[in-house]
Amino acid sequence: MDAKQGKKLDFSPILVPLLSILVALAFGGILIFIQGIDPLLAYRVLFTTAFGSFDGIAITLAKATPLILSGLAVAICLRAGLFNIGAQGQLISGALASAWAGYTFVGLPALVHIPLALIFGAFFGALVALVAAVLKAYRGVHEVITTIMLNSIVIALSDYLTSNPFKEPDQPLTRTPKIQDSAQMPDLLGLPLGFFLAIGLSITLWWIMRNTTTGFSIETIGRNKNAGWYAGISVKKTIMLSMLIGGAVAGVAGAVETLSIIGRFEPAFNAGLGFDGITVALLGRANPLGVIPAAILIGGMRASGSTVQFEAGVAPELVDLLLAMILFFVTAPLLARFFKNRKENVAMTSGWSN
Amino acid sequence: MKLRTSHYLIFAFLAAFTYFYSKDGLVATSVLYTAIQFALPLALAAMVGVMCERTGVVNIGIEGTMLISAFTAFFAGAILKNTVQGMLVGVFTGAMMGLLLALMAVNWKMDQIIAGVILNILAAGITSFYYRQNYSIPSTLDPIDLPVVGAWPILGPVLSFHGPITYFGIFFILALWFALYKTSWGLRSRAVGEHPSSADTAGVSVIRLRYLNVTAAGAVGGLAGAYLALEAVGIFERGFTAGKGFTALAIMIFGRWNPLGALAAALFFGLTQAVTNQLMIDEVVEIPPQFINMLPYILTIVVLAISAGKVRPPAAEGIPYEKEKS
Repeated sequence: MDAKQGKKLDFSPILVPLLSILVALAFGGILIFIQGIDPLLAYRVLFTTAFGSFDGIAITLAKATPLILSGLAVAICLRAGLFNIGAQGQLISGALASAWAGYTFVGLPALVHIPLALIFGAFFGALVALVAAVLKAYRGVHEVITTIMLNSIVIALSDYLTSNPFKEPDQPLTRTPKIQDSAQMPDLLGLPLGFFLAIGLSITLWWIMRNTTTGFSIETIGRNKNAGWYAGISVKKTIMLSMLIGGAVAGVAGAVETLSIIGRFEPAFNAGLGFDGITVALLGRANPLGVIPAAILIGGMRASGSTVQFEAGVAPELVDLLLAMILFFVTAPLLARFFKNRKENVAMTSGWSN
Repeated sequence: MKLRTSHYLIFAFLAAFTYFYSKDGLVATSVLYTAIQFALPLALAAMVGVMCERTGVVNIGIEGTMLISAFTAFFAGAILKNTVQGMLVGVFTGAMMGLLLALMAVNWKMDQIIAGVILNILAAGITSFYYRQNYSIPSTLDPIDLPVVGAWPILGPVLSFHGPITYFGIFFILALWFALYKTSWGLRSRAVGEHPSSADTAGVSVIRLRYLNVTAAGAVGGLAGAYLALEAVGIFERGFTAGKGFTALAIMIFGRWNPLGALAAALFFGLTQAVTNQLMIDEVVEIPPQFINMLPYILTIVVLAISAGKVRPPAAEGIPYEKEKS
């Protein structure tokens, strides 16, 4: 659908997100000013910490890695007209599964162990999504409610598992044992290996969406379910497929975070990554490549939140507030127009029971 | 007569009550009392959904509306040192959230699910940024000892001694049912939710009615948030509403978009939670606390899986209204 609609180049996919970021920063600046702090100082600290040095950029990209993946998990489902708010739960499930695979299997070479743990993450991420996918495809239960409920269920379940059967023995903390060295994902060129994996997955999914019949089915269902059905596309199968891809990618996000950063599973250590995925996906206009710059921006803001508190005295939750406003400004004028172009019916997601 | 889900629920309720009453009458009444406390915020939040969806606007931002209203209600109450004023601020905040949703969904014709999610994320962002520790409200809203009802056997201690928002909430739900089915406002609202263009032809202003109902619904969501912060617990924490706004949507669907149905469904949810809590306290069953926490979420999914497909939502739900151009 890109580049086909107009004769001249359309810059709005880049301009609108950029503009909404600027407007959100301006509003955030006012709020910081009301607190009696110089907003320019706060923003300077925020952006120089995130993007001002090689080390800073490396940290930013490390933070962006799981966000690229969780953004992809939301974006692919958006393409199919599904709103996957459950990336958080799928991510936690994947993180816990990969941690388990990471500490349980002993004596494997890294070349086997790391992919195995990643597959565990993808599988268990997809497993959580499967519940929502089946209910959506066969019972017509809206995915937004089921995925949110699944988030809470997975959080409680992972808390139970890490404080009982998977708990690190002889430790007061609620956490799993550390993963084996053979499961630890190495760095490449000073950057986490996971970052390249995330970029690779983005490009692969972008290619699939553009060039394969699977991608075409997903796009068609997302634009108009009835037209897709009429054209002989199995709506149920496509819903299942896109939800499962989303779940698996979110699971990989959790696995990468576990295997390269955290090194074990601890409840609440990856809180919010899945929810940031929603902002990333919408900021990246649900485009598998668009999520990459969106994730890097948000990753940078997340990475420097605590420095901003230390040097400018603004609570790190400022980032939450900024992200909420970015989301508001990027979707308010944009999505309305974006989805209006796609079909007559403006509603992208569907009602409760169809 | 064919047995419906509601009949099974009544049987389950009577069985549970008999079990508790045979063991200890005091415990049985206290379980029912707690059930009402668990049910009320869910029922009120479900009314937000009913009011919006009956006029054709999906509101998935109930969670955020409750969260930010609980926040403003609590901190206004703490700063003004007046719980009642705090409650009013909470209700006002809720109405503003409703207005914002109306602006996005009715005016800008945005995708309503995304508009609702924006409400939730905005609320989470604002409440976590402005959250401060070491604030407290002077007291929670005082419970009311009902004069005659309080003396009734068995039911007295169950129905009496709830807070003012609880009684107002129950009254409101009954009033909403009446208004929705017996007044011209209700007829117009339902018409707008089912077939907006016909309603428009008949002279009903679709846009204005949607604005009015969604904003008023927001105020009800604000009341539900104020209930949590000022009547139920008297504190505020980040992420305080814990998914109740979403459970409320399931309750609305379970109750077939009918205020009384939703009230019954909310009582069922509240009762399940109260009974499970009691079973855990009595150590009848040994359940890890995490599983107790999971219960309402699992119940929500199960209820939706059962009732979806069997119930029919308002026909024009989720579709922005555009006047036909002639």
